[in-house]
Amino acid sequence: MNNDTKQKNRKLVRNLVLIAVGMFGFGYVLVPIYDVFCDITGLNGKTASVAAAETARDIDVSREVTVEFVTSLNQAAPMAFRAETYKMKVHPGQYYTVNFYAENLTDKPMIARAIPSITPGLAAEFFTKTQCFCFDEQSFEAHESKTMPVRFVVDPKLPKKYKIITLAYTFFDNTELTAKKQK
Amino acid sequence: MSAVVAEHDDHHDHGPEKGLLRWIITTNHKDIGTLYLVFSLAMFFLGGAMALVIRAELFEPGLQFVEPQFFNSMTTMHALIMVFGAVMPAFVGLANWMIPLMIGAPDMALPRMNNMSFWLLVAGALLLASTLFMEGGAPASGWTLYPPLVLQTGAALPFAIFSVHLLGISSIMGAINIIATIFNMRAPGMTLMKMPLFVWTWLITAFLLIAVMPVFAGAVTMLLTDRFFDTSFFNAAGGGDPVLYQHIFWFFGHPEVYVMILPTFGVASTIIPVFARKPLFGYSSMVYATASIAFLSFIVWAHHMFTVGMPIAGELYFMYATMLIAIPTGVKVFNWTATMWKGSMTFETPMLFSIAFVVLFTLGGFTGLMMSVAPSDFQYHDTYFIVAHFHYTLVPASVFILMAAAYFWLPKWTGNMYDEKLGQLHFWLSAISVNVLFFPQHFLGLAGMPRRIPDYAVQFADWNMVSSIGAFVFGFSQLLFLYIVIKTIRGGTGEKVTDEVWEDASKHSLEWTLPSPLPYHTFTTPPKEIPTEHF
Repeated sequence: MNNDTKQKNRKLVRNLVLIAVGMFGFGYVLVPIYDVFCDITGLNGKTASVAAAETARDIDVSREVTVEFVTSLNQAAPMAFRAETYKMKVHPGQYYTVNFYAENLTDKPMIARAIPSITPGLAAEFFTKTQCFCFDEQSFEAHESKTMPVRFVVDPKLPKKYKIITLAYTFFDNTELTAKKQK
Repeated sequence: MSAVVAEHDDHHDHGPEKGLLRWIITTNHKDIGTLYLVFSLAMFFLGGAMALVIRAELFEPGLQFVEPQFFNSMTTMHALIMVFGAVMPAFVGLANWMIPLMIGAPDMALPRMNNMSFWLLVAGALLLASTLFMEGGAPASGWTLYPPLVLQTGAALPFAIFSVHLLGISSIMGAINIIATIFNMRAPGMTLMKMPLFVWTWLITAFLLIAVMPVFAGAVTMLLTDRFFDTSFFNAAGGGDPVLYQHIFWFFGHPEVYVMILPTFGVASTIIPVFARKPLFGYSSMVYATASIAFLSFIVWAHHMFTVGMPIAGELYFMYATMLIAIPTGVKVFNWTATMWKGSMTFETPMLFSIAFVVLFTLGGFTGLMMSVAPSDFQYHDTYFIVAHFHYTLVPASVFILMAAAYFWLPKWTGNMYDEKLGQLHFWLSAISVNVLFFPQHFLGLAGMPRRIPDYAVQFADWNMVSSIGAFVFGFSQLLFLYIVIKTIRGGTGEKVTDEVWEDASKHSLEWTLPSPLPYHTFTTPPKEIPTEHF
């Protein structure tokens, strides 16, 4: 192999290695891109993480939307968790309160966090909560049970094609993670 | 035709090192190619044994032989080993052997790196296999390693992740080497558009590898930090999103499956013209079709996740983009068919495997098209239908073409002819049993049998039994392949082959202008003429 080829090889290899390193970085860049993309388009059904102020809205009594409630536990977290009802019919613009019950089944204090998700995802921006246990971490004493109200309103601007909205909460046992962070 | 060997000078060494050390320190592209091929054959049998564990368990409903956890480890390890240990290294082995010969280069551009990338592959594969013996068992989450399930893996998780890193670095190094060889080592007169298609497809594959392997390495690194360093990339409780992993994984994963099929196309486009005794029907359309498929592979990833709850617009985009792939793929299939049309065809073993590839790959492609239709994909998703689909595009496509390549080039490499009768027996056993094995899985999937389960409803019993019988016949038929290869290396039928082995092969590609068996060093001076038959 003559020197000319060697030189060319070295340059090419350098560039290709740079591409590979760049693509490794690109994998990480995908994380914020995904968040921003979901934020703009509302693709993944994330609801606002802070409470909205309760303002009077026009109530559309002619229209009924079904809101379903789903509760689940992540990795069999040692809790009991349910909603007072599986579904309810609501008028857009009117405020409703629905109670959720959670209980710590262990003998130790527990810190848990509920993560909400709306299906279909694009309906999330029309679903507003003025009160929710999901805005903060919840701490439970041993065997403590809590009644946690969620107050919400469906925006009358909700496109007509959405007739059912599912609100799902998953409780994560965050005791260990929170303890680690506080250290 | 043997002018090349006659003019060696005394400064060059004449042959390989003696003894075992030759294989460890070698930088010769033929030695490294052999190492890759032998290694991938060994992994093929290891992964195949795992497949037989799966099929034995599924022979009847109920739990017979293995625990569900171990069963899931088997499906995961079978996939990882077949993808990263068998199919990919086999094509890298072929690339090592054939690319320098096909472009008239004396060796790969970076011989030392070549050696290192092989041994990193071995290290990575051993690390992966070692997880089988760890506390909590080998990874059992499926080869896609989706969180949060994969984060429940026991002690094996960091080892599996590091082995993915090693395998990734190995294939990136291999890809860099291939690109450097193709760009800088071509013989005078070998312009890009005169390169054999195998070289072209590998060039494009190598770029795919460099673009996506690092992304996968990044994704598994995020898994690692999520599990051990309290990051929350995929943990919803910490503000992450498990669906994000699926996006990143399939951004890698879809190009990755084309890494396994594009070189397959290249070998098929090399073999079919030789036995049809015609030039390839449309050389440049093949090149452009390959490039189009590679480009499209980057913009269709979410068709693997139609059921995650994407909005309609997303489903439609990924559906139509996916359907587009059928166009360049159709160009290829029609190209192979038109190449055979009115050709003076003969049906030696490599050609038989290649024809079976064209037919059965097309079948696998059609089921792919079925699944690209987002609304019907909800029925196929995570059932045996998808298992049947991707096995049709991998086993009677990539694996068959690897068999074809072995029969096609073994006589060139060794100077000995393989046993044609046994080769044909191997072909018919494989071609029939592979369909007995995978075709019924379409029915199972459509009827609703989920994938990755050790037990199933009794309604699925009959076709599972048929499928398992096919699996065992197919698996044991491959021992015949092993026997044929060993027999050929040891002298074959005793008949010495000519330099071009196959009639007029030297018109198609440069390697057939060299003596058989190939000398240890070739093209130390570049070839004077470039074959032009493939236009």
